[in-house]
Amino acid sequence: MKFLQDIFDKMRPDFEKGGKFEKLYPLFEAKETFTFVTCDRTKSGAHIRDALDTKRLMSTVIVALIPCMLFGIYNVGYQHFRAYGVADPVLMQCVIKGAWHVMPIIIVSYAVGGIWELIFAVTRKHEINEGFLVTGLLVPLTLPPTIPLWMVAAGVSFGVVIGKEVFGGTGMNVFNPALTARAFIFFAYPAAISGDKCWRVVENTTFGAVGGTVVDGFSGATPLLVASTTDTMAVTERLTGFGQATGYADFSWTQSFVGLVPGSIGETSALCCLIGAAILLITGIGSARIMIGGLVGAVCMAALLNAVSIKDPTSMLAIPVKQQLVYGGFMFGLVYMATDPVSATQTAVGKWIYGFLIGTLAILIRTINPAYPEGMMLAILFMNAFAPLIDHFVIAAHMKKRMRRSRESQAYA
Amino acid sequence: MADATETAEPLLSAKNRKTFKDPFMVNNPITLQVLGICSALAVTAQLKPSLVMGIAVVFVVAGANVTISVIRKFIPVRVRIIVEMTVVATLVILVDQVLRAYAFEVSKQLSLFVGLIITNCIVLGRLEAFAMGNKVWPSFLDGLGNGLSYAAVIAIVGFCREVMGFGQVFGFRVVPQALYDNLGYTNNGLMVLAPGAFIILGLLIWVQRTVSGHVED
Repeated sequence: MKFLQDIFDKMRPDFEKGGKFEKLYPLFEAKETFTFVTCDRTKSGAHIRDALDTKRLMSTVIVALIPCMLFGIYNVGYQHFRAYGVADPVLMQCVIKGAWHVMPIIIVSYAVGGIWELIFAVTRKHEINEGFLVTGLLVPLTLPPTIPLWMVAAGVSFGVVIGKEVFGGTGMNVFNPALTARAFIFFAYPAAISGDKCWRVVENTTFGAVGGTVVDGFSGATPLLVASTTDTMAVTERLTGFGQATGYADFSWTQSFVGLVPGSIGETSALCCLIGAAILLITGIGSARIMIGGLVGAVCMAALLNAVSIKDPTSMLAIPVKQQLVYGGFMFGLVYMATDPVSATQTAVGKWIYGFLIGTLAILIRTINPAYPEGMMLAILFMNAFAPLIDHFVIAAHMKKRMRRSRESQAYA
Repeated sequence: MADATETAEPLLSAKNRKTFKDPFMVNNPITLQVLGICSALAVTAQLKPSLVMGIAVVFVVAGANVTISVIRKFIPVRVRIIVEMTVVATLVILVDQVLRAYAFEVSKQLSLFVGLIITNCIVLGRLEAFAMGNKVWPSFLDGLGNGLSYAAVIAIVGFCREVMGFGQVFGFRVVPQALYDNLGYTNNGLMVLAPGAFIILGLLIWVQRTVSGHVED
């Protein structure tokens, strides 16, 4: 690492005040604090000494996202080969084919978002916000693998500028920037991000593709999409029957849990999300209250809807509880997005309420309104808007309780 | 009227020019006072209805300002709102009839939003804040300025939304067809929805406040 340090030290005068790249100092600062410890020290006042600054915090989230990203890359390739009737695709081929489609999306996301970050850092004369490290990876993982790259660029621009910078940058945003980006693409270009055409790569021209034709009855429908169609069959039969009829997809609980189903790049595997959740919880970065609250909320709502739909097993309300938890982006959203420390609630009680409501709303939206089978995105954005209100009432209730207690103790004295 | 003897200052004195110019930048009814948002969202999906709406509002605000200013000394303060509403309603009905006669298609597109100019806060706001206490000529300039600045803002919003949401301007394709066919470009569906207008308006407000340095108290 010594030689890197030497290179940076040689570059330093150019970027500091009076140097020729003075304006680009944020870029230099970001790169340096990311690789090394900053050489600035707090000059006055009391402060807490801790190795964990925002950059380390965000880097940990990146580490937690890696299982989902790797699995997503593999799954994109796997879905491609299965669509062509390859029963048992080779691991490496899947990874190469997947990477061929996923890496450009990630690169575009980081490049476009990074440029916006730099523009705002330079004009506002502050350091580059670390938050984008996570946003830049979260956005691609919530998109289908077939998304056109220019839409990724448009979505990330919207997410960073409207979702974050207009509020004043990292730490000030009301909504999760990654979800703002996804919501923008979802409403602006619905054809590219919903329906059954976008979840599998089937074109035969790029690297790593197999020859031949797509299997009969091919459909790239996600489990939730299959469940949301109106049919005379019971929803559970429909889900398993879908797999048998087409011969390549099986929406059993195990397969959805492992994640070998069509869906957004990083969201399909509940297993990888759980690994990520473990990393976030052990390092103390993600909030266990929000995650558990969300799970409880989803289970309660799904069970309630099951009970309501007992006479009508064909409706989407009848999806079994354990199935609801592994379908779609529920796990991914709960682990990585609901726990975003900026847009979530801050108080302990507030976190329980916030998580619980996200869980219930996500299940409610995806089942009651089949136009939005992906309810998780809307549920989190909706609760983001209410997070400050929840905190306000939690604190008010707490103050009221303390006041009463203090009055009582005075009365005894 | 009594005003004739009172007009001592030239028609385009500095004060009068300020009355006309202020609404565009320093005191814009939409981007600074955030009035008239309802119609700014509802009619701005395309440029043509936005422009027609803008012209209609210019006519109504300027006309109402002049009328009220002329009779301001005879209006009993207690019933002034009713008098103002009567004047505004008359003008709005005039506009509506003219539109139906000469621009039926646009009139159908704007539907009840022409009628709703009556409830547009900008109109009543100018009457209350300016016309009730000023002479005819400045009132006319004030109405013209406010109306035109409203029209300018919704024209910009309408332009942006039509280009992004439909790829057209005044119904003519401006985004080349080749982009759709070869590069997979698609229109932005969000811009056709009302939130699209909110976002464009928000960005306009951002730009304007950066330029003017205005800070909310």
